[in-house]
Amino acid sequence: MRDFLRLLARNQLALAGLIVLSAVVLLALVTPLLPLQAPNVTNTGDRFLPPFTEGHLLGTDHLGRDLFSRLMYGTRLSLAVGFAAAVIAAVLGAAIGILAGYYGGRTDNVIMRGVDMLMAFPYILLALAIVAALGPGLLNALVAVAAVNIPFFARNIRGITVGIAHKEFVDAARLSGMGDMRIMLGEVLPNVIPVIVIAMSTTVGWMILETAGLSFLGLGSQPPVADLGSMLGEARSALITNPHTSVVPGVMILIIVMAINLLGDGIRDALDPRLRSGALTRPMAATTVRRDGPVPEAREGALLDIRELQTQFHVKKRVYRAVGGVDLEVKPGECLGLIGESGSGKSVTALSVMGLVASPPGVITGGRVDYKGTDLIGARYEQLRTLRGREIAYIFQDPLATLHPLYKVGDQLIEAMTAHGRAPKEGARQKAIELLKSVRIPNAEKRIDSYPHEMSGGMRQRAGIAMALANDPEVIIADEPTTALDVTVQAQILSLLDDLRRSRGLAIIFITHDFGVVAQLCDRVAVMYAGRIVEEGPTAEVLATPAHPYTKRLIACVPELGEGRRKLAAIPGLPPPVDDLPPGCAFAPRCAKATPACTEPPIELMPFAGTRAVRCIHPENDAAAREAAE
Amino acid sequence: MGSYILKRLLSAIPVLLGISVIVFLIMAMIPGDPATAILGSYATPENVARINRDLGLDQPLVARYFIWLGNMLTGDFGRSFSLNRPVLDEVLDRFGATMILAGTAFVLCSILGVAAGVVSAARQYGFADKAITFVVLIGISIPSFFLGMMMILIFAVNLRWFPVSGMWPIYGGRTLWSLLDHLIMPALALAVVATGVIARLARSAMLEVLRQDYIRTARAKGVHERSVIWRHALRAAMVSIIPVLGIQAGFVLSGAVYIEIVFQWPGVGRMLVDAILTRDILLVQGGVVFVAACYVLFNIAVDVAQSLLDPRIKT
Repeated sequence: MRDFLRLLARNQLALAGLIVLSAVVLLALVTPLLPLQAPNVTNTGDRFLPPFTEGHLLGTDHLGRDLFSRLMYGTRLSLAVGFAAAVIAAVLGAAIGILAGYYGGRTDNVIMRGVDMLMAFPYILLALAIVAALGPGLLNALVAVAAVNIPFFARNIRGITVGIAHKEFVDAARLSGMGDMRIMLGEVLPNVIPVIVIAMSTTVGWMILETAGLSFLGLGSQPPVADLGSMLGEARSALITNPHTSVVPGVMILIIVMAINLLGDGIRDALDPRLRSGALTRPMAATTVRRDGPVPEAREGALLDIRELQTQFHVKKRVYRAVGGVDLEVKPGECLGLIGESGSGKSVTALSVMGLVASPPGVITGGRVDYKGTDLIGARYEQLRTLRGREIAYIFQDPLATLHPLYKVGDQLIEAMTAHGRAPKEGARQKAIELLKSVRIPNAEKRIDSYPHEMSGGMRQRAGIAMALANDPEVIIADEPTTALDVTVQAQILSLLDDLRRSRGLAIIFITHDFGVVAQLCDRVAVMYAGRIVEEGPTAEVLATPAHPYTKRLIACVPELGEGRRKLAAIPGLPPPVDDLPPGCAFAPRCAKATPACTEPPIELMPFAGTRAVRCIHPENDAAAREAAE
Repeated sequence: MGSYILKRLLSAIPVLLGISVIVFLIMAMIPGDPATAILGSYATPENVARINRDLGLDQPLVARYFIWLGNMLTGDFGRSFSLNRPVLDEVLDRFGATMILAGTAFVLCSILGVAAGVVSAARQYGFADKAITFVVLIGISIPSFFLGMMMILIFAVNLRWFPVSGMWPIYGGRTLWSLLDHLIMPALALAVVATGVIARLARSAMLEVLRQDYIRTARAKGVHERSVIWRHALRAAMVSIIPVLGIQAGFVLSGAVYIEIVFQWPGVGRMLVDAILTRDILLVQGGVVFVAACYVLFNIAVDVAQSLLDPRIKT
């Protein structure tokens, strides 16, 4: 509850709504105590006095009644009726919803059918029918407005109750011999109250509008008593000659309902856990770049050169250093493996290349990604876009989520080409079929018109690869493309990628957490840990004589042929949280060889055995590796 | 597709029956005695009994319902005593005017609401987002009848851009142009609330979709951001926006009652309010059943549109 109030207070708009609403409610409460003129005493000699007339702050209406006094009493009435309707609708609706949800089965069926029928009406028809039957009058209008809102509450509360009715604590209460009534009131009701509050806060403004509306139509409060709605209704005939009599009650309704809506939004945000952490932010077209330090130079000879790349996630006041200065390069026709546990920053590194890290919260804070002499990090969006997919293409994990569910696979393929103006409109379809064939999708002529959900996992992944190949890119970044697939399909996909690399001269950055896959496909491998490269070198050498203790443990996790499969979790402890990295070596807390010197920064990536590099002051296999290198 | 539409139409039958039962029961609650109302309070018991027999009021409630239902199915909605003409004729005459008003408002609020929501989401926390959010907040908080009155005051009385009220000019021909001239203000006033609700929903639906992996895929392909937003994201967001459009159609139809009163629009809503005030119960009853039935059919059309949009829905 205190959390809730604190969250509410943090929301300035909701707070403003609360203050305005409180003021209006307070004024309405004390209205009879104020020295106001009698609201219903007519004085036709003083008709339509303008506002700020002596003795009449807001002027008078068509019968010479004091508008300010009528406004205060009208507000009082409108608020009372609106809140009463909301409470009645909430109580009855919640009762019906809990009964239906708790008992389920036939009871539920019958009740919910009835609710569906009521919801099939445009609400005002039902309200009008009720008022027609009961006759015009404020109380009848209240009944009508409450009645048409009951189904809304009943349906919401029922949904929640169904979820609760089968929870353990309800079963436990039932086993302990509690009666249904006591369970519903004691166990179920407290759990649905937040939902009732949210539903009320979002509908009470609406109900005030509806009752005012019925009064406006002359079906609610009857003369001489007036709520805000009937004040407006009476003023309508003098709208053109004396607009102030209309503006005064209208603006009051607007103020009340707006304050309630602001407050209601605040309550909903504070009670709805999904919105709490500000989770609903959308990623922008390209990752935000905020480089403070100098931009490093590119190296010679590389096709794609990543230098000192730093990518962070800024969530509220915390800074997660997902990528903390990564150097990687890949040459034409080369396959580089990037390996590490989940959360090591390998995917973020890959996505940073083309500015695809979700932003917010992602920010690239330093480094350079050089492609053929262009710094991609500093590139303008339009330049980045023309390179995306055309020069550097991605293959993602889990193509069920990464392919658009509502477009045919073929259309998505064709779009990949037309986005870069590569394919003429007529030839695009033929080219798409060829692409599907090239990734060995059988029956490509028919498959091109399939939706992603109509394909198998392996088939979708091939379609994803075909999409990456659509523009004959120079570099392909494959982010765990085989993780979601079973072993035989995985092997097929890997050999497909290997063939493509050899036949088209593609450079591939292959991201995985599986050394077995790296051994099969990659010329070189880089091992990532807590946002940094800890070891890099030719695959065969690294596999044979791992230099970093972490690499050694990782390789130990790879199953040999015929042996049981062991897991990465065989390394004791967990990677450090990247918002709180230890100084020195990030692996030191989990390392058997750690010494006090390991916790002293900085530990650089040092050349090792000729073509290799390692970020460790006590490397493994030192002598053996040197020997092998010579 | 054809069998899906048929299935949905068949499933509407129990709903329509339920609506008729509800309306019948509400009307049966009306206190008072039609025979006395017709004959006056000095009627003899014999005459009262005869009238009741003639009107079928001596039958049990269930039998009366089926007689009423049977009459309606043959197009006999009864006779309006205040207008002295068949209820169905009057309702059909008025319904056309309401459809022009509510239909235009519905198209307006759908287009404006979705567009505002998309822009708001694409520019989240930017100036456009804040401006739209503010306007939307006012839109969902202002009573439509007050908005309509203020529009009359400003745009008709002071600026003289549009006629004050009515559907056709009092003098002169009924041209499409003169209809539009009369239609713009009431349609806008009617659309405002629903526009706000749709814009809010469209914004959050878009935010939800823009976080999905397939949006990142589209960007990775090099698809232009404009196309990412308006094609990829909006198409997916429409799946959750369309059902709300169906619900909002009901609110537009409801709001039309107020707008018809404010702008003197000769539609069903104004007819219903007048009928309630003159206690012309048959007219109320017929109007409510007719409009509710049309709304049910409209919602079936929404479901069909939804199934066309989302290939994952089994038809």
